[in-house]
Amino acid sequence: MAATVTNPGPKVNRIGLPVLEYRGSKTTLCAGCGHNAISERIIDAMYEMGVQPERVMKLSGIGCSSKSPAYFMSRSHSFNSVHGRMPSVATGALLANKTMLGIGVSGDGDSASIGIGQFVHLMRRNLPMIYIIEDNGVYGLTKGQFSATADIGSKLKTGVVNDLPAIDTCSLAIQLGATFVGRSFSGDKRQLLTMLKAAIAHKGTVMLDVISPCVTFNDHEGSTRSYKYMQDHEEPVSEVGFVPVFEEIDVEYDAGTTFDVTMHDGSLLRLRKLHEDYNPTDRALAVKTLMESHEKGEVLTGVFYIDTQKAAFTDLLNLVDEPLATLPQERTRPSKQVLEEVMARLK
Amino acid sequence: MATTNAGAPSAQGETATAASPKPVTNDFSIQIATVNGSGSQSANSVLLRSIFAMGVPVSGKNLFPSNIAGLPTWFTIRASKYGYVARRKEIDILIAMNAETAREDILSLRPGAAAIYEETANLKQYRDDVTCYPVPFDKLTAAVCPEAKLRKLVKNMIYVGVAAQLLSIDMKAVEGALRMQFAKKQKAADLNWAAVEAGFNYAAQSLTKQDPFVLERMHATEGKIIIDGNAACALGAMFAGVTVVTWYPITPSSSVVEQLIDYLKKYRVEKDGKASFAVVQAEDELAAIGMVLGAGWAGARAMTSTSGPGISLMAEFTGLGYFAELPGVIFDIQRVGPSTGLPTRTAQADLLSIAFLSHGDTKHVMLLPGSVKECFEFAGAAFDLAEHLQTPIFVLSDLDLGMNNWMSDPFEYPDKPLNRGKILSAEQIEEMKKSGGWGRYQDRDGDAIPYRTLPGTDHPQAAYFTRGSGHNEKALYSERPEDYQNLMERLARKFETARTLVPAPVVVQTGQSKVGIIAFGTSDFAVTESRDQLKKEYGVEADYLRLRAWPFSREVRDFVASHERIYVVEQNRDAQMLSLLKLDLPAGETPKLRSVRHFNGLPIDARSVTDEIVLQEGI
Ligand SMILES: Cc1ncc(C[n+]2csc(CCOP(=O)(O)OP(=O)(O)O)c2C)c(N)n1
Ligand code: SF4
Ligand SMILES: [Mg+2]
Repeated sequence: MAATVTNPGPKVNRIGLPVLEYRGSKTTLCAGCGHNAISERIIDAMYEMGVQPERVMKLSGIGCSSKSPAYFMSRSHSFNSVHGRMPSVATGALLANKTMLGIGVSGDGDSASIGIGQFVHLMRRNLPMIYIIEDNGVYGLTKGQFSATADIGSKLKTGVVNDLPAIDTCSLAIQLGATFVGRSFSGDKRQLLTMLKAAIAHKGTVMLDVISPCVTFNDHEGSTRSYKYMQDHEEPVSEVGFVPVFEEIDVEYDAGTTFDVTMHDGSLLRLRKLHEDYNPTDRALAVKTLMESHEKGEVLTGVFYIDTQKAAFTDLLNLVDEPLATLPQERTRPSKQVLEEVMARLK
Repeated sequence: MATTNAGAPSAQGETATAASPKPVTNDFSIQIATVNGSGSQSANSVLLRSIFAMGVPVSGKNLFPSNIAGLPTWFTIRASKYGYVARRKEIDILIAMNAETAREDILSLRPGAAAIYEETANLKQYRDDVTCYPVPFDKLTAAVCPEAKLRKLVKNMIYVGVAAQLLSIDMKAVEGALRMQFAKKQKAADLNWAAVEAGFNYAAQSLTKQDPFVLERMHATEGKIIIDGNAACALGAMFAGVTVVTWYPITPSSSVVEQLIDYLKKYRVEKDGKASFAVVQAEDELAAIGMVLGAGWAGARAMTSTSGPGISLMAEFTGLGYFAELPGVIFDIQRVGPSTGLPTRTAQADLLSIAFLSHGDTKHVMLLPGSVKECFEFAGAAFDLAEHLQTPIFVLSDLDLGMNNWMSDPFEYPDKPLNRGKILSAEQIEEMKKSGGWGRYQDRDGDAIPYRTLPGTDHPQAAYFTRGSGHNEKALYSERPEDYQNLMERLARKFETARTLVPAPVVVQTGQSKVGIIAFGTSDFAVTESRDQLKKEYGVEADYLRLRAWPFSREVRDFVASHERIYVVEQNRDAQMLSLLKLDLPAGETPKLRSVRHFNGLPIDARSVTDEIVLQEGI
């Protein structure tokens, strides 16, 4: 039922849908919450890429961030699961139907604390999906306690100072086997939108840690996740450009300053180096660069690592082409002869 | 064996003395005491299968430690012309292959029993009322097996030969069983056969039969199969069309998925080499159940298999599955808890924790197979119920059923097509627009089961939002008191629908008796035999209801109503099934319930049941 709207009214995308068809319910998050901006960028990316909403599955854990799938793409199935366990639900859902585009939304508490076990294993499996951490350094929904991504020295409104090291979810994801890893900022519209569009074209785990300030509990002086802090410390490692397969490439390539990556569907990810020694296909270098920039107090953003060759989990399992979920009985229940053969062997 | 009472009174009253052995035919048990990791399984299996091949009903139980190698382990084989398959406390023939436990093993025998052992152990010094058969195992082994490192394994086949000779097992049956065991390994088969023959010849030449136990050909096993409960569950799942399987290894459940993987690789890989299934070894049981629910939500037939500790970890997700109405099948191969408990011993002690698994008001359907055949059938039923009822379904087997070999009639091919439940197509959604549109959690049919759609359904109104938070009939977020209450009441009504769909109990009732027994799962084997004992020895004819699921069908109430005293037999300390019955029965009926419990980690035996009932009956 691909709704091909042909009235001349609203602007439509390449599959004939107006952006309205990518919207969700009205948000109930705080005004100014970074998570809302991320939802907006997801809507834009899906619209611009012309993704059929019915082909998308939205998955999330628990937290303000994990609520946000309700606020974009109402025409897509969505599963708001339990705290920290979205990775397993997503794994099951994508095994059942590998033809769907999975987009998971999690929080820094959801992924880096209660759910870190499942997080690392999803990365390790390179499950083909987009995994977004909406990272505000605190537990928003339970009213502002520190999360495990909070930086050392970061201060809560109550004056409590964090003295434990931050878990860098990007370094982890790179080391564990995710094949598209980057960081962005909810306030950086252009970069985030471009990264999301490239993410849609990637086949494998895309892990995006998106700094997303919590205006209610972590946007004050002394926080390292505030809008102000990000404005002062964001340090893009590259300028991210993306040309989807259905658009003409018109910019010239300069091997000295840019990195071109051809994506699975033929789209082009063009990364213009802003850092010396930047090479997004070198895992060790990526992790080293992240660690060094962290020591310098910078918040590095951009695409840190990409690998378009590694097999996704669903490929490793060598599944039939159609979704397992809807295979007919003839293909899932072996014949009577098979049962008789098995029984004969047991006699 | 250490756990049986020394000199326990004979059950059948068939004691024999060396002087006047009245033959005891096709009714005895053998216990093989070995060391874990010594490779005795093949020998034990050959012995069991040779008795089976002689047409004599037989069952085997492996009593093993939580250890990879070195600790004592016992395998018991029971031959019973009556077809009894429960554990028997009394051992008639001991094969003592473990020097460390040999003294204790022989001391635990009752007078008149027989013992086969390594001659240097000189066990005769401990018992003069037991028939002793010393055998020079090491010497015999060395003669047939020049390769020293194979001797530990081959030695086991010597006792097969000795037992075959002493018990009059047909050597053709032994050879058949042995060739089957080593089907693809001709050399190993030959070597092992030589050992069997060496044992047989030694016994024929050097031992004088003095005990009364013999085997005679019968025709009671014709057409039967031998299989373990876990393999039966695996087959049931495959023939139910399972497509997503997740697991985290744990004894005694691992072999469900391990054997399922073998079957799937053999029978569910398509012509182009691609698999119509996905198996994932998850990072833990939380992930295993999460994957099942995610897959079930997206439309796959998904399952996981675990044991007690895994069930505990699955609690939060199971509540989500109940509340958000997600299908999934969970096999629980029960072992002794709490905590690590006795991981290699059996119990029926997860009933209460599963029935109400998770916080808040939850209840879950439990299927209770009482045989390998029911493992197969209920595995299939579980998938149909899960998708039809849109809820997690638990299948409770146990270590005894799951890991031991059982004789059975061959399994029957399912005669009904798969029931995939109420799933709407794009066309149906379009059609429903005329009547106000579909709502994910509406009860349209009056059975409290709503309609669902799968991700990927090509209709702009197909999608809905699945959540563990409060929701209304349209699946929208809601904290309204009436929405929550309506939802919870519908879920309770759905449980009533389940009551009419789950396997009904099996009832054996004369209409005369005042006494009834209620049991389930592996307690059935002991109860079946105990009822015969009660009748033969005490003239008590007890009626019997074997539960096969929770929620209970109506028959349970009727059964209780028509008796004065009901004995609930189960393998746990806290009378868990009795508690569930109490919740279900009218208050006036509950004083009728009496409890027979068995919880030492060993499978329940008939004598324990009989003794306890006799005691409580005051006979
Ligand atoms: C098992 C469990 N423990 C605790 C909670 C309470 N809880 C809800 S959200 C949350 C933290 C969410 O933090 P984060 O993932 O960073 O999301 P944010 O709200 O910051 O977007 C916690 C601890 C829960 N829902 N479940
Ligand atoms: S509490 Fe913080 S994270 Fe939650 S919605 Fe408000 S601003 Fe966003
Ligand atoms: Mg947070």
